[in-house]
Amino acid sequence: MILLVSLCFAQNQPKAEKPARNSSQDYSELTKAPEKARVRPNPFENDPNAVIAGQFLFEGHCAECHGTSGVGGKKGPSLRAPEVQDATPGTLFWLLTSGVARKGMPVWSKLPDAQRWQLVRYLKSLGPTNDTNIEKP
Amino acid sequence: MPRFSRLFACALFLALFFAFLPRTARSQENPYIVTYDQFLEEPRNLEVEYFSTYGTQRGGNDFHAYWLEFEYGATAWWTTEIYLDAQTTFHDSTVFTGFRWENRFRPLKREHFINPVLYVEYEHVSGADKILKEIEGHDVESDFLPPNAEARKEIDNELELKLILGSNFKGWNVSENFLLVKNLAGEPWEFGYAVGASRPLALKAAAKRCTFCPQNFVAGVEMYGGLGNTSSFGLNETSQYLAPVVVWNMPSGWTLRASPTFGLNGNSHQFMIRWGIAREISGFGDMVKKVFGGHS
Repeated sequence: MILLVSLCFAQNQPKAEKPARNSSQDYSELTKAPEKARVRPNPFENDPNAVIAGQFLFEGHCAECHGTSGVGGKKGPSLRAPEVQDATPGTLFWLLTSGVARKGMPVWSKLPDAQRWQLVRYLKSLGPTNDTNIEKP
Repeated sequence: MPRFSRLFACALFLALFFAFLPRTARSQENPYIVTYDQFLEEPRNLEVEYFSTYGTQRGGNDFHAYWLEFEYGATAWWTTEIYLDAQTTFHDSTVFTGFRWENRFRPLKREHFINPVLYVEYEHVSGADKILKEIEGHDVESDFLPPNAEARKEIDNELELKLILGSNFKGWNVSENFLLVKNLAGEPWEFGYAVGASRPLALKAAAKRCTFCPQNFVAGVEMYGGLGNTSSFGLNETSQYLAPVVVWNMPSGWTLRASPTFGLNGNSHQFMIRWGIAREISGFGDMVKKVFGGHS
């Protein structure tokens, strides 16, 4: 019972302010995308609804690690860093599909292709920022 | 209170507690109940699941078997799970039937057309176990006839290995499982299989928050059965099942599965209805770390 109460308490603790994980190591996987994947265009590039749909997907699947506005968290690097924002849509789609299992990024091919492209569309819409502090809850 | 009731009640309490923790993650599960796909639990997330199987029994009493499952993403390439099994045989009794400890490993770094996952499980279950989570060897319907008091005297310690292969193609998931089971009491290796195919009702996400959007539902079919053992490999004297499956992945983090299951030959239970409910708790590992003073 004590353990359960402690778990409740632990999850309601405010998150500590810590710098987000943003070393260049975190982005090195992006450079490994094969050329064929890198040049793939986003089929939802001109679909205005894709950003909104992508945002809902992001909130459900990505915000836990990368923060609600994508500036990074304790577990995941900022997605608004230039390395991500300057990457091609095909590169981001490839990374979402393959994951980076050794660094804790799961494989997201469980989402259909269309939803991964919608996510990419949303990520690219965020734009770059230098603010890489962890978000307050 | 009998030992079974205390143990299962305690586990059920834990499951309910975890299930109602507010930090949930939206899960995107395939609908299979027996077949495993290539996807692992997200790192440090805990999924608490309850599954239920109602089965018909020719020549005996129908049964209701159920299990609790605690699935934890240790890393992005390793998922570990604990199962607690129990069953009620109508006009007989309710018994706790054992536990299982399962581990799945994803050996390849990248996504491929076919993605392998290696599965290792230790199980300590009694002969009264009826959850039918996997069918192996020459498992047949008549094995379930002995009354609980007699069946539970038999204790099996088994090692179970699976090769899980999974592919995604044009929105479809196709998964194949090849199963090897060794009773550690020295019995021969037994074999089994499970295959499944499924697809979301919509591939594109809707641009609105919704619970009933078609992309939240995944439907498919799975087929599974025994393949004999080292001394008699094949379909002879085995049971085989076919089951349509559907899952509803709710935005609230709850997942609901259902599957009517049909026996395909005279050795199989004629009909079973299976269903399950699951809830994913995000950042469970970090919560535990905090409790013990670590930094998450």
